[in-house]
Amino acid sequence: MKELKNNLPLVATLDGNEACAYIAYRVNEVCAIYPITPSSTMAEFADEWSAKGIKNIWGNVPEIIEMQSEGGAAGTVHGSLQSGALTTTFTASQGLMLMLPNMYKIAGELTSAVIHVAARSLAAQALSIFGDHQDIMAARTTGFAIIGSTNVQEAHDMALIAQAATLKSRLPFIHFFDGFRTSHEVNKIELIADDVITQMINEDLVIAHRQRALNPNKPFIRGTAQNPDVYFQGREASNTFYNNCPGLVEEAMDQFGELTGRWYKPFEYYGHAEPDRIIVIMGSGFETVQTAVSNLNRKGEKVGVVLVRLFRPFSAEHLLEILPSSAYSIAVLDRTKECGATGEPLYTDIVSAFMKAFSNGDIESLPKIIGGRYGLSSKEFTPAMVNAVFANLAKPTPKNPFTIGIFDDVTHLSLDFNANEHCDDPQWTQAMFYGLGADGTVGANKNSIKIIGENTSLYAQGYFVYDSKKSGARTVSHLRFGPNTIKAPYLIHTAGFIACHQFGFLEKVDVLGNAAKGAIFLLNSVYDKDEVWENLPFDIQKKIVDLNMRFFVIDANKVAQITGMAGRINTIMQTCFFAISGVLPREEAIAQIKKSIEKTYYKKGKAIIEKNFQAVDMTLENLFEVGTVGQTLSDPVIKTNDYLKKAPSFVTNVLWKMMEGNGDSLPVSVMPNDGTYPSGTTKWEKRRISEQVAKWNPSICIQCGNCSFVCPHAVIRSKFFHESTLDGAPVGFNSAPINAKGFPETRYSLQVYLEDCTGCNLCNEVCPVTDPADRSKKAINIEEIPVDLTESLASMAFFEAIPWNEKSEVNFSLVHGAQFLEPLFEFSGACAGCGETPYIKLLTQLFGDRLMVANATGCSSIYGGNLPTTPWAVNALGQGPAWSNSLFEDNAEFGLGMRIAADVQRDHAFELLKSMNGDLGESFVYSIVEASQNTESEIVEQRRRVARLKELLAISKHPDAGKMLSLSDHLIKRSVWLIGGDGWAYDIGAGGLDHALASGKNINVLVLDTEVYSNTGGQMSKATPTAATAKFASAGKRVGKKDLALQAISYGNVYVAQIAMGANPQQTLLAMREAEAYPGPSLILAYSHCIAHGIDMSKGLEQQSKAVASAYWPLLRYNPILRRNGKNPFVLDSPRPTMSLKDYAYQELRYKVLTLTNAEEAEKLMDLAQEIVDLRWKTYESMAIAKADTFQPVY
Amino acid sequence: MNLQSTYLGLKLKSPIVVSASTLSEKLDNILLMEDNGAGAVVLFSVFEEQIRQEEARYNAIARATSNTFAEANDYFPDLDDYHVATSAYLELIRQAKEKVEIPIIASLNGVSPEGWIDFASQMEQAGADAIEINVFYIPADITTSGVEVEKRYIEIVEWVRSAVHIPIAVKLNPYFSNMGKVASDLSFAGANGLTLFNRFYQPDMDIYSLKLMHNLHYSEAAEIRLPLLWIALLSGQLKCSLAASTGVQSAAEVIKYLLAGANVTMTASALYKKGISYLKTMNLELQAWMNEMGFQSVDTFRGVMNHYNIQDPSAYERANYIKILESNKVSRSKY
Repeated sequence: MKELKNNLPLVATLDGNEACAYIAYRVNEVCAIYPITPSSTMAEFADEWSAKGIKNIWGNVPEIIEMQSEGGAAGTVHGSLQSGALTTTFTASQGLMLMLPNMYKIAGELTSAVIHVAARSLAAQALSIFGDHQDIMAARTTGFAIIGSTNVQEAHDMALIAQAATLKSRLPFIHFFDGFRTSHEVNKIELIADDVITQMINEDLVIAHRQRALNPNKPFIRGTAQNPDVYFQGREASNTFYNNCPGLVEEAMDQFGELTGRWYKPFEYYGHAEPDRIIVIMGSGFETVQTAVSNLNRKGEKVGVVLVRLFRPFSAEHLLEILPSSAYSIAVLDRTKECGATGEPLYTDIVSAFMKAFSNGDIESLPKIIGGRYGLSSKEFTPAMVNAVFANLAKPTPKNPFTIGIFDDVTHLSLDFNANEHCDDPQWTQAMFYGLGADGTVGANKNSIKIIGENTSLYAQGYFVYDSKKSGARTVSHLRFGPNTIKAPYLIHTAGFIACHQFGFLEKVDVLGNAAKGAIFLLNSVYDKDEVWENLPFDIQKKIVDLNMRFFVIDANKVAQITGMAGRINTIMQTCFFAISGVLPREEAIAQIKKSIEKTYYKKGKAIIEKNFQAVDMTLENLFEVGTVGQTLSDPVIKTNDYLKKAPSFVTNVLWKMMEGNGDSLPVSVMPNDGTYPSGTTKWEKRRISEQVAKWNPSICIQCGNCSFVCPHAVIRSKFFHESTLDGAPVGFNSAPINAKGFPETRYSLQVYLEDCTGCNLCNEVCPVTDPADRSKKAINIEEIPVDLTESLASMAFFEAIPWNEKSEVNFSLVHGAQFLEPLFEFSGACAGCGETPYIKLLTQLFGDRLMVANATGCSSIYGGNLPTTPWAVNALGQGPAWSNSLFEDNAEFGLGMRIAADVQRDHAFELLKSMNGDLGESFVYSIVEASQNTESEIVEQRRRVARLKELLAISKHPDAGKMLSLSDHLIKRSVWLIGGDGWAYDIGAGGLDHALASGKNINVLVLDTEVYSNTGGQMSKATPTAATAKFASAGKRVGKKDLALQAISYGNVYVAQIAMGANPQQTLLAMREAEAYPGPSLILAYSHCIAHGIDMSKGLEQQSKAVASAYWPLLRYNPILRRNGKNPFVLDSPRPTMSLKDYAYQELRYKVLTLTNAEEAEKLMDLAQEIVDLRWKTYESMAIAKADTFQPVY
Repeated sequence: MNLQSTYLGLKLKSPIVVSASTLSEKLDNILLMEDNGAGAVVLFSVFEEQIRQEEARYNAIARATSNTFAEANDYFPDLDDYHVATSAYLELIRQAKEKVEIPIIASLNGVSPEGWIDFASQMEQAGADAIEINVFYIPADITTSGVEVEKRYIEIVEWVRSAVHIPIAVKLNPYFSNMGKVASDLSFAGANGLTLFNRFYQPDMDIYSLKLMHNLHYSEAAEIRLPLLWIALLSGQLKCSLAASTGVQSAAEVIKYLLAGANVTMTASALYKKGISYLKTMNLELQAWMNEMGFQSVDTFRGVMNHYNIQDPSAYERANYIKILESNKVSRSKY
């Protein structure tokens, strides 16, 4: 990350977030922050700079405070502003939504402030982390001025202009730029020098801001309540400020232009001097339109584009001043959707601006004005699409409204466009890199951009596309280099250089789909230059030949191995790029790479630097060009997917397209219109992401079930069956006599779903058996995946066909028995070795067929519900978890709502059923109504009765039969679980969770406690422990972790358990079952190891064990039923501590880093943390031996 | 009263030196050691494999957690800023050299030739006055011959000698076929000093859990006899300095070692037990003894009881052992 320095370099390569935060940090005294994608890094930068003591322009280190939610951040901003400090925050999407109430206040009080927003979609039919203007548009009524940036340079510049303008105008500002497209694009920009920043911020206005603040020495009140007599007038009293604002913004822009040479206006026109058609747009799309406009005008057309930089207050006067009157037809493009409106906000503003001008007699005629939507959720917006919009405008009756970029075959609003039309600058070098998330490709490319951007006169741009998986994620890097500023906010379509860092991609991805004629193709391959050609797929060979490409090959993994950098191919592939792309002279490029290596690793030790140097040198020796002339093509192979043949049509026709990376081609008609998707679709994906997979050794296995219990991806499954089932078993199908008494002629089989295994090694870690023949082996081991999977797949298919064991047949109160329960959460995209998913999987094994899940936004909602596929599955009877995600902050309330509705409908069903006893038979009705559903067999029995009821209702003539049928599923006990991480439970949703627990309702809460905001990159939550570092706690957390268990216990009627599967799986199982059985609220806090802890994930369970052994994470259960029965409800399941906190904690980077950055502070905090652990243990121990009546009585 | 001693060619104010221990992990402790009269401080040992593992771990974690997912570029605040252990160690040398006048001796426990050479050079560059080579090597492989073991020691000294100009000391264990020959060879290979002896890791056992117990135990005064013997035997026979490092619990052991010919004596156990300020007590007691005995300087009595200087050199050899055994029989028979 870039360090903010006082001696600024003239240029830097930054992404939009850093560019913006750079200024925001310097011109504010307080930042109230909260993580939300894609704005999080702005807050992270501010926090890091503050931790390093970097000062703002007044010589002070800004105070950075992380809040519990964006609502909290907005409140803090408001309070800080009212106390006179220059204050900012950074946010996006739902975060901005939570700030809205405060924003009205801040604006109503005419308070100078800027909120920086990486604009993002809103959660509607689905959540999306990607960019559009829906959040900005939802905030347009708050009274905030809204100013937008179109690119990284502007994110930097406009942050300062907005700050200057807010002080001048007294209106608070939203400064926004497009999420991901600008916030995450890396580009070369000119940095603003400190003296310019200082000149832009008028000190008198800062003082005036301070003087308007609350001050007991000259007291006043602000924030009164007003009545019908004056509220209206009060609201009108601020009009002048809004009227003056555009002029003041212009003034600030002019001053900025004088100081920097970069000139901006509230509205800008670009294009033909006398255009006939114009597009009006704001945000990054402007540059795309600019490119198309230049191109079209070169071809003789007369077109132009208006950029709306200042959206609020909307100045029709400024707009009409710059908008050429020759235009007869105007298309307004909105990157948002306002369902049911006459048009999107920018469109209606433009229309009303013209109408007003016409009505006032300022203009004599009205142009044709149409509105269109584009680019929602970072949908690509290309010059080809702009061409289509101009073509539409040229028609006598243009389509209005329209959409561009999709195919709408339902309401037919979309415009056709030619996807093969490109407007690339011939001076650009365009390069694409296909890599894996963990292979360092993106990091190396960011480094290449830095090398070129900051050390040569060339300009550079980088944009990085990730798939939605956390394990085995594919990345595609799009890099452009050129002699001029690169303004192309869209992906590369014709690349002159394509690198594929993973050979396996050739079969799965159209790697050369964007190759230009004569392009260079670099492949990381295990096959050498003489063997590689024959091992290429036909499509790749053909493309290379047809496009006359140059083909280079390197075995980067081998070079990495030799140079002692096993698995790290990034530097090697980067060197190849520089060596053959020609973007820089080869020698210069190599020198620059080495310089960069030294800079990157100088703190990591000389050895690592030398290894990297050696890797660079060896790269050149091992990089070969493969002759393509005269090469013969292999036989074309038609790709088939045997699984898909069995898949439902929605999977094959819709989801599979997304999986292939062709989701953009899906028309509107195939999309569910309400966000409903089928369950259990990950099983069709078969990603085969790991070359290392689990392998079972039946001959030594003791069938304990530990491996399947902890498997995060549910790839290890067990069944037992009569030995006759083996008739017809395929060759290689493994089984063993079952290791249990009373099961004669019974075999046990454990299967590993090889194509879904991530090779995480947790199974091997928990396996208690050592192979006597080879003490390095266990009964389950991680080994190379077989080259030919035919035999394994046949075994899996055979295994799948064997029915799951009935719950009544197994004792699932034991870990050993739980392995035989079908998991209904499988093959998720969670990280390899994830510490959360084993808990979720277990939940589905125990209660999946009657489970309702409210899932807070976070890791679990992403690996649980991010398209294309979903891991929440269905059993053979079609039953399974019903899952939904509402928001991040409201999950407890959302889940409580589910419970209440289930109860209401169940009660309604009972009443209705009783009223039908004449028709259905009294004893039958009462057998349903009075059925106990406490045990699995009782539930099975109730299911049988309800099935019979449905049959009877289907033929019943009773007037309420239909109604009863619609309610009949509620007669089966539902298990409602509220799942989320600590960010939800401890912070943003704490109030709701507290309330839901206090409701007394039968809800079950599972907190997957990773002790940080894992999904957004490891920011501190109130669950983050003392002495650990995290983002927003770079200097180590000084405050103790909230004891949520004790908080819930204090209600008396809440079942509470603290569990850690790696330490005591049996206690985990027991707690889950007790929680579910308890007829009131239950809370389970589950220790979830996480990559954000900085651990070797294959040792995650060992860490869990140490967390318990050190008493950092005591295992406990508090069962109000025991209290009701006169017993001590608090059970401490942990043994006394057997190791110090340090021995556990210093295995994790999150703790260890502080010892490396500030050893003294680390020691101090570790001592404090140990004291806290000791104290908590003492408290728990005393509770465990206390008398029952020392605990709160239960109703 | 002159306590000055020369060790590794370095002039020390006192012959009592703090041996490598975790006490020197903190700069404040090093300042305290100087204030209480330590002649020099040997810093805690850097273990190459630990550094390598740490480097590898951080790099693996950095790689696994960087740029893998759209919502999180990484998972830790500014990972680039984390130093591996060597950086912190070198920084400690630098800071100690800035703050104290007494010599700072770095302690290195390497594995590979590159490790020894790299780290030793870095320690020299950071300002260490000398390097103590801590060859903590247990030849657990029973096929390894004694010659091979000795060769390894010599090679290490040669590697380090080739890499640095500052003095180097070798901390040895006593388990060689001929300790004296090894000592002589090491001196010849370029060692400026020998530290006798290294205490090997000696696990205990829990007889109920059937597990090894990895607890450390401090050396005791009774343990000085073996090093005392070898100091006395080697004193005057080698070009290099001798440091005695086991069992120094009070001034008495210091005096015995000096009488045997040690240039310096080293302790950490005593300081763990009695605090760093105990250095002052030891120095005062040494002075008091010297005063009582009429020695004006340490050099005047150093080595007076070594192999050469005592009237009956066989006292340090086999014949003396026989005598002791015989006398033991006699004394037992008295009871």
